[in-house]
Amino acid sequence: MQLTSDEVLIGRIANGDRLAMQVLYARYHVRVFRFVVRMVRDEAVAEDLISEVFLDVWRQAGRFEGRSTVSTWMLAIARFKALSALRRRLDGELDEETASAIEDPTDDPEIALEKKDKSAMIRKCLVGLSAEHREIIDLVYYHEKSVGEVAEIVGIPENTVKTRMFYARKRLAELLKAAGIERGWP
Amino acid sequence: MNAISKEPERHEIEALLPWHAAGTLSRRDADRVEQALAGDRELARRYDLVREELAETIHLNETLGAPSARAMEKLFAAIDAEEARAPRRQRPFDLGSRVSELLSKLTPRALAWSATAAVAAILVQAAVIAAVMVKEPGIPGGPGLASALSEGSFAVVRFAPQATANDITNFLGAYKATLVEGPLNMGGQLYRIRLSETKLPKDEIGKIVRQMQSESKVVGFIAAKE
Repeated sequence: MQLTSDEVLIGRIANGDRLAMQVLYARYHVRVFRFVVRMVRDEAVAEDLISEVFLDVWRQAGRFEGRSTVSTWMLAIARFKALSALRRRLDGELDEETASAIEDPTDDPEIALEKKDKSAMIRKCLVGLSAEHREIIDLVYYHEKSVGEVAEIVGIPENTVKTRMFYARKRLAELLKAAGIERGWP
Repeated sequence: MNAISKEPERHEIEALLPWHAAGTLSRRDADRVEQALAGDRELARRYDLVREELAETIHLNETLGAPSARAMEKLFAAIDAEEARAPRRQRPFDLGSRVSELLSKLTPRALAWSATAAVAAILVQAAVIAAVMVKEPGIPGGPGLASALSEGSFAVVRFAPQATANDITNFLGAYKATLVEGPLNMGGQLYRIRLSETKLPKDEIGKIVRQMQSESKVVGFIAAKE
């Protein structure tokens, strides 16, 4: 069975079709939620934000021109909402949270066990990346966005997308090295 | 080991590895990366690291769960409230989107039963492409619509009868090509597409055209055009 395309759904939503809105929501709410929750690190806030994201889709569907894919358009809206929510938080709160996620080199029993599990350590270090680096890694690896699409979502030139991805991966390698995992790169 | 001799070129290829692993490179770039990986053991080792990161990023995201029903309830309560305040007007009949919707439902299997159906598909496809190209004055173009018709490198293409609107859009997007004109006054539902905004060398154009020709699901015929 062939699914109705996202663009067709947006056309129906522009005409006030609630069912089309439900289909689009069912198709994307989990991915948009995960993108947002990785940025704001708070599930309740992320839930509120995705309601706002899809409400914007409902309101702006008539202005969607198809210059990008629907999912890229929605992630760009989601990013804007998440950044606005982050700005409302107290300064420094996130940085402390980020630091506590990874920088402690102490080998308590739990960490020692995790060292044996390289996969778990990579995931822990992915959590410990800065918001900027987490964002680009998620967009490329999880949301399967091309260089051009990432550039559109984040609002930076394509070459900067590649450079930022390189430095995100480099930082990940540094965190892994600090945690005792040497990968021989960079 | 036959590593890439030029370091800048290797750096450029290495920067593309994350997108190659995710499968989001154009065919052209993917081929470049594949060729480099085949001849460079160190690059291949680094690609394994990228694939490891990709797998763990997916794993991490998949453990994040999903929003509760509260989010959806809140959304539709907000929509209902807006509609109660100011119901939106239906947009005028949109032939382009209706034809596109129809075309998106046509599958090769559904069309294979008769030549008549195939001809109908070509006509519908032509209508879709026309709908993509014909825009109201003053409104910016949609995907694949070029703003200028004369600059750059071009090819003429006939899309395969079974190609859907999505196939064509994705095909043009993958090659960063744009539809600029058509159907041309040459018969056979030919369209002119722009391969690049700059004038490429002939051999580069030939290479792109050969790659496009291999996309038989979307392309029926293609040739470079001066």
